Amino acid sequence: MTEIWSGFVRAIELIISLDPEVMEIAGKSLMISVTSTLLASLICLPLASLIHFNRFVGKRLLINFIQTLYSLPTVVVGLFVFVFFSRAGPLGGLDIMFTPTLMVIGQVFLILPILLGLIISALGGVDRPLIDTAFSLGASSFQAAVIILREARYAVVAAIIMGFSRAISEVGLAIMVGGNIKGFTRVLTTAISLETSKGELELSIALGIILLAIALIVNLALNRLQQR
Amino acid sequence: MARAATVRHLLKEVPFFVTKEMKKILLTFLAVTMLLTLAVGIVGCSPQPRLRVATTTSLYDTGLWSYLEPMFEEQYGVELDIICAGTGIALEYGRRGDVDVITIHSRSREEQFVAEGYGVERVPFAYNYFLIVGPADDPAGIQGMTPEDAFQTLMETQSGKLVSRGDDSGTHGKERAIWAAAGYDYETVTASGNWYIEAGRGMGPTLLMANEEQAYTLTDMGTFLSYTGKLELVPIVEEGDILLNVYSVIATNPQMHTEANFEMASNLINFLTSEEIQKIIGAYGVEQYGMQLFTPGAGVEPTG
Repeated sequence: MTEIWSGFVRAIELIISLDPEVMEIAGKSLMISVTSTLLASLICLPLASLIHFNRFVGKRLLINFIQTLYSLPTVVVGLFVFVFFSRAGPLGGLDIMFTPTLMVIGQVFLILPILLGLIISALGGVDRPLIDTAFSLGASSFQAAVIILREARYAVVAAIIMGFSRAISEVGLAIMVGGNIKGFTRVLTTAISLETSKGELELSIALGIILLAIALIVNLALNRLQQR
Repeated sequence: MARAATVRHLLKEVPFFVTKEMKKILLTFLAVTMLLTLAVGIVGCSPQPRLRVATTTSLYDTGLWSYLEPMFEEQYGVELDIICAGTGIALEYGRRGDVDVITIHSRSREEQFVAEGYGVERVPFAYNYFLIVGPADDPAGIQGMTPEDAFQTLMETQSGKLVSRGDDSGTHGKERAIWAAAGYDYETVTASGNWYIEAGRGMGPTLLMANEEQAYTLTDMGTFLSYTGKLELVPIVEEGDILLNVYSVIATNPQMHTEANFEMASNLINFLTSEEIQKIIGAYGVEQYGMQLFTPGAGVEPTG
C-alpha cells in the first residue's frame, strides 16, 4: 500500500523537476492521442451526419455493427495494423512499422467506431422541429449542419472525450505497432507496462498519475469548447 | 396505407441532406484528413538513419542494451531502435523483415532461422547460465540436485509450485529441453496439475510472480541478479551442463532490406563482438551486483 503514496509523491517530484525523459514520454503520449482523436473526429463528423441524415436499407444493422466494434480489443486492432503495415504485408512498402505515425493510424482505427457511434447518437438527440425551422428560414444544408452540430455539441464533445480517453489509455496497440522504443515510440502506457514488468511499482504509479493529469487538462480544454 | 403515406411524406422532407453541398463538405473533410495524415507521416519520419533491433527480454531487462545503445549510436551516427520482445515474436519480426537485427538465446531455433534463409549468420557474443530459483526453505528439497533430477522430483512429488514462462521464449525453450532430458513429455507436465503455472509473460514478471506464489522458476542469471532486492527467491539449482545460455546476434533477411540497413546491421554485429565491447559486456553490472551478468563469448561457443 505504501507504493501508492510514494508513487503519488514521486509523480509530483517528476512533474515539478520536469524530468526530461518523463516529459518526453508524456509529450509523445499527448501528441499521438490528440492527433489521432483529431483525425478520427474529422472523419467521423461528416460520416456520422451522412449516416444519420440518410435513410437506407440496413441502417439499423450498420449502427449495430458500429456499436459492436466498441468492444474491439486494442491488441486485435494492433494485430490487424501490424499485419497490414509489416514489411511483409500489403502496405509494408511505406516502411512505417514501429513509428509514431503508425501508432496514430492504429489509434484512429481503434477509436473510429466509438466516435462514429456516439456522434450518430448525438445527432439523434437534436430536435426535429429545429432542423425544420432552419430550413424553412432558408438555411443551406451547410448552415443547417452547423446549426445541428451547435445544438448537439454537448454530446459530440462527450464523444470526442471518450475517443481521446480510449486513445491515451490503450497499451496493446501501442506496444504491438510502436514497439515501445525508448525515445521514439515509448508512451506513458507502454512505459508503465515496462516499469511494472521491471518491478518498479512506484515509478509505474507515478506515470499513471501523470497520465491522469494530462487527461484532466485535455478534458478541461474540451469542456470549455462545450460551454461556448 | 397511413403508414406508407407517412414514409412518403418523410422521404420528401428528408433528402435535404443528400445534396451536392453535403458531398462537397464530406470530400473537403476527407481531403483535410488525408493531408493531415501525410503531414504527420512526414513529421514522424526523421531523416536520421535508423536500425531496428528486436531483442530477447533478458538482454533488455538487465539494462545491458540501454547501456550499449548510446555507445553504438555515437560511434556510427545511427538511431538504434530497440524492441524488447520474447524470442518467439523477435524471430517473427525478423522473418517479416520488420527488424534488421535480432539478439536472442535459443540455439536450435536460431539455426533453423538461418537455415530457412531468414537470417544471415548466427553470431554468439555472450553467455551466462540459467538457474532454478525458489523459496529459501526449498519445500521440495531439490537443492544441489541436477536440473533434470530437480524437475523430476517436482513432477513426481508436486511438493512445490513451478512458474513457467509459457511464452515460447528462449527460456521457455530451455525449460522444455530440461523436461525432455528428464524423460518427460512436455504435454504431460503442463496437464499434471495446479502446481505447474504458465505465466505467459517476460522473465521479470515471471520472477515477480514466482516470488508472490513462493514458487520455483527457471531464470537466466542476468535477469535474476538485476532483480536483486525485489525478490525473496534464492538460487536452488545452479549446476548442470544443460543450464548454459548463449546469446547470439543475427542480421535478418538481407533481401528485404536496403543495402544501408544491412551494412549497419553488420556494423552492429562487429560492434558487439569487438574486443572493446566484449570487455564492457563482461564488466557490466559487476560493480552493482558483485558478480558477472554476462560472460563475453564472441568467437568461442562454450559447450557446457
